[in-house]
Amino acid sequence: MRFMFKTDYDDDIKLLPHSGYVLSYGCLLALLVIAPFVLGSYLISQFVFVFIYAIVGVGLMILAGFTGQASLGHAAFLAIGAYTTAYLQQFGVPFPVYFLAAGLLTGLVGAVVGFPALRLQGIYLVIATISFAFIVEEILARWESVTHGNEGMRVKTIQWLGTSVPRDSPTFYFLCLGVLTLAIVGAMNLLRSPTGRAFVAIRDSETAARSMGINVAAYKVKSFAISAAITGFAGCLFAHKLSFISPEMFTLQLSIEFIMVIIIGGTFSLHGAVLGAIFIVMVDPFLTFLKDDIPGVVAGIAATFGAGAARAGQIQSSVAAFASANGLKGAIYGLIIILFILFEPLGLYGRWLKIKLFFQLFPLYKRATFKRQKIYVKSERNR
Amino acid sequence: MLDFVQQLVSGVALGCVYGLIALGFVLVYKATEVVNFAQGDLMMLGGFFAFTFIGILGLNYWIGFVCAVAAMALLGMLAERLVVRPILGYPQFSIIMATIGLGYFLRSVAGMVWGTDDLKIETPFSHGVVRIGSLVLAYDKLSVIAATMLLCALLYLFFNRTTLGTAMRATSENMLAAYYMGIPVKRVVSIVWAISAAVATCAGVLLAPITFIHSNVGLVLGLKAFPAAVLGGFGSIPGAVVGGILIGVIESMAGFYLAQGWKDVAPYVVLLAVLLLKPEGLFGLHARKKV
Repeated sequence: MRFMFKTDYDDDIKLLPHSGYVLSYGCLLALLVIAPFVLGSYLISQFVFVFIYAIVGVGLMILAGFTGQASLGHAAFLAIGAYTTAYLQQFGVPFPVYFLAAGLLTGLVGAVVGFPALRLQGIYLVIATISFAFIVEEILARWESVTHGNEGMRVKTIQWLGTSVPRDSPTFYFLCLGVLTLAIVGAMNLLRSPTGRAFVAIRDSETAARSMGINVAAYKVKSFAISAAITGFAGCLFAHKLSFISPEMFTLQLSIEFIMVIIIGGTFSLHGAVLGAIFIVMVDPFLTFLKDDIPGVVAGIAATFGAGAARAGQIQSSVAAFASANGLKGAIYGLIIILFILFEPLGLYGRWLKIKLFFQLFPLYKRATFKRQKIYVKSERNR
Repeated sequence: MLDFVQQLVSGVALGCVYGLIALGFVLVYKATEVVNFAQGDLMMLGGFFAFTFIGILGLNYWIGFVCAVAAMALLGMLAERLVVRPILGYPQFSIIMATIGLGYFLRSVAGMVWGTDDLKIETPFSHGVVRIGSLVLAYDKLSVIAATMLLCALLYLFFNRTTLGTAMRATSENMLAAYYMGIPVKRVVSIVWAISAAVATCAGVLLAPITFIHSNVGLVLGLKAFPAAVLGGFGSIPGAVVGGILIGVIESMAGFYLAQGWKDVAPYVVLLAVLLLKPEGLFGLHARKKV
């Protein structure tokens, strides 16, 4: 077990507290850099989706995880980023310019959304962000001169300095990896700055933060703007990855998926954004696996336990019917959300911390270390 | 003018359905400070239950109605026991997400069990109209309006005049203090969920002749009920119904008089305006937090 003795103020704010971190994150980065040359194109494509979801996750983590302002409207921010990209691209604007424009414009919209959010808390904020997302979705579908309405828009491949970057090339993979790394390092630095400390203070107690002299309104708007801007950058990459965007891609369902990213990952740490993104992107391949392979496996098991060939075939077809039933994906999503909130409220990263602590303290680990305190409900209406 | 009145009546009828769903939100919110995002899906499930009892098992409409309400009340209690009770008192957003998950689950399971087709229930109100002059009012719409008023009045009396209703209000204000006063808080919360699921079922069954029952109806209408609940001030029973009716009328008028597209957005525009100008809603209590 490693004991950290802090002898310097810098020890408190280092991004990588000790050499173990340098080694493990260095290895991870090295693996990710060689991945596109080793793995197949399908896996690399999935990696790119993980990166994009993780960028959104980082953005949402800053807002929901660290400032405590829940948002169910992040699909709308992603849409604004994506549509800015598609719109500016038509006029031959170079990639770096429209990439930045996507982020900045979305950040601006985020700040505008942040203002009404100042007066709202908890449930009201959630409902307001949902309404915002609906309105954006409807505008995208109706403002045909700019967005082409429900026909959607094609997004051309990235062209810059005479080279083109197709959406399934290693270069695009590195672009997404680079943006994700920048977002994570940026967020880590932000959280060590006075701004980040103010965010966390607002999350923990708005009244206490205010009495410490924090301008709560200004920081909430800042948090919304930063979160939206990061999501806007992700939107630009998302548009390029899909190469076609239309309003029905950016629904409430997508916003819920983004929230799931941070709930599954763990809402209190940036690791959670990445872990949650991996989990959410893996749900689809898992469902395909469920449809294609599980019925055969189950029938095989039944056969080894002495079921006749006809019976095994029957079992196989009934399992297949269940696995390919309409809406199984929704049921699995619902169950995942409920089970994580009930049994793993700290998310995947929390589970990792528990496992780490178990081995560090072995054999003295107590389950109660992570037990949540029981709270009694008091009306929030009177505040 | 006739168009206007016709639109008004259909808006009020639609608004009553929103109001009934919003009533479910308000009941659960009043008693436990939990917002149940699965309320619309409970309504959808209630409609499917009624379809099973009336359409498939062939029971009499009223008996089937009562059976569906009873079954859904049990289901509401079960949902509360399994999903909400373990996390009651934890951050509100966790509970919201848990009920969103519950909604997802119910929607998909209903889609698997009853299929994805539109279903229709034969009710005594399905056909037939009342004519007043040249104005034509359909029974199905009038039945929704009447039932909403009745339910609203019953629930209002229940919350304000009975011991159990008072216990529910006490629980919502301060759960620990309610325990100290000898209120069986867990049972109270269970009963609230049962009532709210029963109200949702009423909405589902009354809605069945107007729009058909399918597995996504809960999502669509449930999200429209939020503006209703907020407009009425999230903790007020008459407020929920008034808010629902206002939203229904606004939606129906926007669909008739404004350009295409406004119909779906208008409720949310109103919602944002209310949240900006008067976040406590029309009937909400305005109180400052004491530190």
